Amino acid sequence: MNNRSKIFIDHFHFYYGKVQALKDLSLSISARQIFAVLGPARSGKTTLLKSMNRLADLIHGTSHTGKIYIDGREIHGEEMPLPELRRRVGMVFDLPTALPLSIFENIAYGPRLKGISERNRLGEMVEVSLKAAVLWDEVKDRLHSSALKLSGGQQQRLCIARMLALEPEIIMLDEPCSGLDPISTASIEKSLMSLKETYTILLVPHNIQQASRVADRVGFFLGGELIEEGPSEEIFTRPRMKKTEDYISGRFG
Amino acid sequence: MISRHRTQQAAKIIIWVAALATLGVMFWILYQVLEEGLPLLRLEFLLDSPRQMGRTGGIFSTIVGTVALTAVAILIATPLGVGTAVFLREYTRESRISRVIRFGTDCLAGVPSIIFGLFGFVFFVIFLRMGWSILSGGLTLATMILPTIICTAEEAVKSVPYSFREVSYGLGATRWQTIRKVVLPNAFPGILTGVLLSVGRSVGETAAVILTAGSSFLMPDSIFSPIRTMAVHFYILAREGISMEMAYATGAALILLILAINAVANWLLFRHVHRG
Repeated sequence: MNNRSKIFIDHFHFYYGKVQALKDLSLSISARQIFAVLGPARSGKTTLLKSMNRLADLIHGTSHTGKIYIDGREIHGEEMPLPELRRRVGMVFDLPTALPLSIFENIAYGPRLKGISERNRLGEMVEVSLKAAVLWDEVKDRLHSSALKLSGGQQQRLCIARMLALEPEIIMLDEPCSGLDPISTASIEKSLMSLKETYTILLVPHNIQQASRVADRVGFFLGGELIEEGPSEEIFTRPRMKKTEDYISGRFG
Repeated sequence: MISRHRTQQAAKIIIWVAALATLGVMFWILYQVLEEGLPLLRLEFLLDSPRQMGRTGGIFSTIVGTVALTAVAILIATPLGVGTAVFLREYTRESRISRVIRFGTDCLAGVPSIIFGLFGFVFFVIFLRMGWSILSGGLTLATMILPTIICTAEEAVKSVPYSFREVSYGLGATRWQTIRKVVLPNAFPGILTGVLLSVGRSVGETAAVILTAGSSFLMPDSIFSPIRTMAVHFYILAREGISMEMAYATGAALILLILAINAVANWLLFRHVHRG
């Protein structure tokens, strides 16, 4: 096993009932870089992300074989309680889901679960997270109004802020820019570039262009299989596999 | 062949007639009772206890009895019912246990109240020696309203979007934290509706109450005292021909009580929706 890798996935298979969503996946991802999970619909991208924090296990009838390690610790093992795993591996979903609470309480949700209740400390965490997600200036005067009143793009950045407030090590973003205008997309991409100084980022990009703009490494998935994986510039300029080339040149997908 | 326009017109008329008929009957009943009862409703009537079997005096002890009995029933049935609903939705999948529980509640929901009364009389009053009391009556009513509360609470829990749970788990919440902070607050309006329906049934129940809480109109001094509820008082006054005027006045007070409870519930709901 590669000791320097932050995430190490070893012959991992995932099934929804009898349908196999991930096939014999082996992959290692280093710390402090952006890894883009690329592929057409139903290629197993979301399943990979939800396997990392074991949200996929909540669905009835799912099963898996193989192992996933974070910092050398097996995530399905006894030594990794679920709440701890999910705090270390924060996730933002493709559809922005604000809880029906105030903006402040949405962000304070994770820290409160950890037992942080001191008002000043929470306030500080909320401010830091909102600034990192480039939302602070828009909402600083109405932190206590309902988060449901925010626009779609604002809700998505709220979800990013809420995830950052967990102080995770790995962050996973499932098409975080799907409902956003180009300006918000640019601001999120900018914040991703600064976030990778601290975090390991798994990104399901909005499109191929986004992957080429921000990713350090890219994995191309098709039908639940990892077709090829490598540094971003290699994948986009001289892919080894025909399927990858077809996909990035827009022949399908 | 009837034209699409004609069917449309016919459907519209039928729906309007149904709505107006329902409203009409409801207002007619309300009008009848309030018209006969309201002129007799005075503060002394509400704050005095019945005298001469209810021929004169007031209804104060029956108001206390009604509120106490309903409160006991709701306080017992709500935690049990909501707990069962959460168990069915969040802790088990469709399984033998959940099917047995559902079958049981469906059966209980269809049983007439007098049967609950008989059960309460045999089990709580006689076997557990609780006698005719607020406690016996409250427990009996609790078993009677439990299916309603379970069923409405389950629907309410079911209607909370899965994405909310996913977000909560994703932020490191345990199952219980997710239930407490996300599922129950968002199911609250639905749960409240079920509780409110149950309050209405408890306040209006007579058969099961006479058998388990008695019909004494003396002021109760503990939950082990027998009581007479307003509905039972109304029934006895009218049925035994003691005083139709007093019966109507009691009926009017009963309607006002139910309106007041609904107003409080609506206020609670309003506050809940506009929190944060």
